[in-house]
Amino acid sequence: MSYRLLSVDKEDLATPPGLKERNYLGLSDCSSVDSSTIPNVVVPEIEKSNLNFKATELRLGLPESQSPERETDFGLLSPRTPDEKLLFPLLPCKDHASGATTVHKNVVSGNKRGFSDTWDEFSAVKGSVRPGGINMMLSPKVTSNTKNDVKKCIQEERSNAKSGLKHAPAAKAQVVGWPPIRSYRKNTMASSTSKNTDEVDGKPGLGPLFVKVSMDGAPYLRKVDLRTYTSYPQLSSALEKMFSCFTLGQCGLHGAQGRERLSEIKLKDLLHGSEFVLTYEDKDGDWMLVGDVPWEIFTETCRKLKIMTGSDSIGLAPRAMEKSKNKERIPLRA
Amino acid sequence: MNYFPDEVIEHVFDFVTSQRDRNAISLVCKSWYKIERYSRQRVFIGNCYAINPERLLGRFPCLRSLTLKGKPHFADFNLVPHEWGGFVQPWIEALARSRLGLEELRLKRMVVTDVSLELLSRSFPNFKSLVLVSCEGFTTDGLASIAANCRHLRDLDLQENEIDDHRGQWLSCFPDTCTTLVTLNFACLEGETNLVALERLVARSPNLKSLKLNRAVPLDALARLMVCAPQIVDLGVGSYENDPDSESYLKLQAAIKKCTSLKRLSGFLEASPHCLSAFHPICHNLTSLNLSYAAEIHGSHLIKLIQHCKKLQRLWILDSIGDKGLAVVASTCKELQELRVFPTDLLGGGNTAVTEDGLVAISAGCPKLHSILYFCQQMTNAALITVAKNCPNFIRFRLCILEPNKPDHVTSQPLDEGFGAIVQACKNLRRLSLSGLLTDQVFQYIGMYATQLEMLSIAFAGDTDKGMLYVLNGCKKMRKLEIRDSPFGDTALLADVNKYQTMRSLWMSSCEVTLGGCKRLAQKAPWLNVEIINENDNNRMEENGHEGRQKVDKLYLYRTVVGTRTDAPPFVWIL
Repeated sequence: MSYRLLSVDKEDLATPPGLKERNYLGLSDCSSVDSSTIPNVVVPEIEKSNLNFKATELRLGLPESQSPERETDFGLLSPRTPDEKLLFPLLPCKDHASGATTVHKNVVSGNKRGFSDTWDEFSAVKGSVRPGGINMMLSPKVTSNTKNDVKKCIQEERSNAKSGLKHAPAAKAQVVGWPPIRSYRKNTMASSTSKNTDEVDGKPGLGPLFVKVSMDGAPYLRKVDLRTYTSYPQLSSALEKMFSCFTLGQCGLHGAQGRERLSEIKLKDLLHGSEFVLTYEDKDGDWMLVGDVPWEIFTETCRKLKIMTGSDSIGLAPRAMEKSKNKERIPLRA
Repeated sequence: MNYFPDEVIEHVFDFVTSQRDRNAISLVCKSWYKIERYSRQRVFIGNCYAINPERLLGRFPCLRSLTLKGKPHFADFNLVPHEWGGFVQPWIEALARSRLGLEELRLKRMVVTDVSLELLSRSFPNFKSLVLVSCEGFTTDGLASIAANCRHLRDLDLQENEIDDHRGQWLSCFPDTCTTLVTLNFACLEGETNLVALERLVARSPNLKSLKLNRAVPLDALARLMVCAPQIVDLGVGSYENDPDSESYLKLQAAIKKCTSLKRLSGFLEASPHCLSAFHPICHNLTSLNLSYAAEIHGSHLIKLIQHCKKLQRLWILDSIGDKGLAVVASTCKELQELRVFPTDLLGGGNTAVTEDGLVAISAGCPKLHSILYFCQQMTNAALITVAKNCPNFIRFRLCILEPNKPDHVTSQPLDEGFGAIVQACKNLRRLSLSGLLTDQVFQYIGMYATQLEMLSIAFAGDTDKGMLYVLNGCKKMRKLEIRDSPFGDTALLADVNKYQTMRSLWMSSCEVTLGGCKRLAQKAPWLNVEIINENDNNRMEENGHEGRQKVDKLYLYRTVVGTRTDAPPFVWIL
């Protein structure tokens, strides 16, 4: 089930175009922007059908927010406006091939500072910036369509390029393990270039920056390239996808029969009582809550990421809460 | 030969050093098998799970040098979770127990721990050479054990490993009596080193031929080190960060001039261009130049440097050199054998630094070129056809067009014809990596013409199972096949199960292979380890009855004589 609890301002600023909401009926794609690791399995086969439904969807959002440059997300669905929403919570997924579940929950609940709250002010995502880091750790079922999606994305992207739309090159969609360059090389280049950003003439992007991501209770850790994201929501979304299998153990294996495994109850639990908080270790070895600092500073200081359970993060929360109280709220746009 | 006593035959065998030749010798007859195995000193094991240490030692009890490879190649690109496997500990334990006179250990893509390094350092009194490539799991403490305990250490060669740098004093752990070093490569370490200890170590190592420093060694220390070791042949200058004051720079220039044996140069991680000219005096001797980490040096300075390097055989460079720079390489470096052009901008921001023109220029200008790795934004069939005509001697041809599925940018056609021309012309091609828009047709060409092909990397290519079938049926010498994001499924996987007996391994990720297909394969081929790397909860796979539709995310299969491995993590399911 998918439901929206949010205000319009967050949509404008915070939701990068690449994130999509999903619903069980497959009517539209939803993006998940939440601090908890809600499973978010991508369903590319819905993409084509979504194009038809687009016209009939209810939308909550600014009419001009149709953002055409967002097609290049590999493995994600067709372009969507940031403002696509459903006004109503939908029925639990019954027929949905990959069992994708998304919750879009931008309102801080209780004492827990929502992840989305923190990047309101710092979000560098403007309408013209394409999402960068859609990590391709998708379920296998999903990736069976990857090639078609990729082709589609590439074609769309090329047509956009021809039509003269400007893209921030750093935000181009990334595929895991592509281009085939060793992490060692990527990291070394990143360390080198980050020290000399001012003298680089016109080079749009810095080298990749891999950091390890661990999660309490997960059997193994992963690595993400921070440079493939340009904002916290993207990172959050990608991490959710990556670690979804751990939070929702019954999650559809290869997407095929996943829906049968999902239980409504589990999702609700996760949504409401989500205990997962994203933290990082900075250069000084301190563990901080992700989202406190502007994205650019975060990428420079982050050394490791960790998805902690709520209880572990309690020590971090108060400081964060203080900071968040001091932050200005950006006013709603009409 | 049967009339000669064993000792004579053994003596003859001593001249045969190549692994493959020795393997062939051992198949001739029982007597040769026996003689060969007792005299075998070096063994190469391409997949550490294909055999176990006990059986290895059983056959080759006099082993002195062992090379092991662990994780599959795509682990380099983050496609294999960290805990997948490839642990060296059981090997070192077994070797230690057997009291083998091990002298050399070379590991690639394996998990090495400080415990392993400590055990290694204490178990083999004659240990001489440690080469670790793309390994992980250890810290500088492990290096300290090696330094302290290996009395006759000759080579400590760390290439692109992930090492936890405790910023300790591992370099000072080399005892004063250690004077035997020939190779010292710690370029991949991130932390500061004890410069005094390093200088003293270099000063007392008259045989030191290869020294590769990490980024934390400042320029003046580099100059002093070069003064201590003018005999150096292979130098990694570390960060080469400057600007030094004029006095230090003069000292550096003077030191460089004295290194008349210098043939290989690398490093330059932070280098700023104007200090490159310090190396100009010795450039004419260089046979190998690696500037592929020098992000700060732009085309014109690279060109100035390369113009002096007339004897260059190997060049690793960034695409910031541009097509113009490659044209200079083509006209200057007539001895060039291997070229690698890496992308500066990994995000593909449209910086078309090198194009098909650069590749064509190189192929036209460098007749001895046999290995190429080329990252670019665009390619055409016409260019590839020209390259094939110019350079029929390719052994390794790896082309990576950064954007997946990109067609010929002029004709919008797939690149089938271009790659087809390459495999047709290059009769000795052993390794091929494909990219760009490709249909089944390219695989038909590969199956038809690439008779010597041993390793093939496929990504985002092909249309149907036929593509993979062409390759499996045609390439008789295929050893390693790795495929990602291509529409090949069970039909291709199961068509010829015995084929996998002739191959080292097959990797398929994000393809159309199903769990049912993999299970059938595992049943038909008990001598294969069929591993499914499953990001999700493993147990779920069993309960589901719809295996035929359940796509497998990552499949890795390899032949083995020792059955299922016991160290697989829970997310790896071995059928």
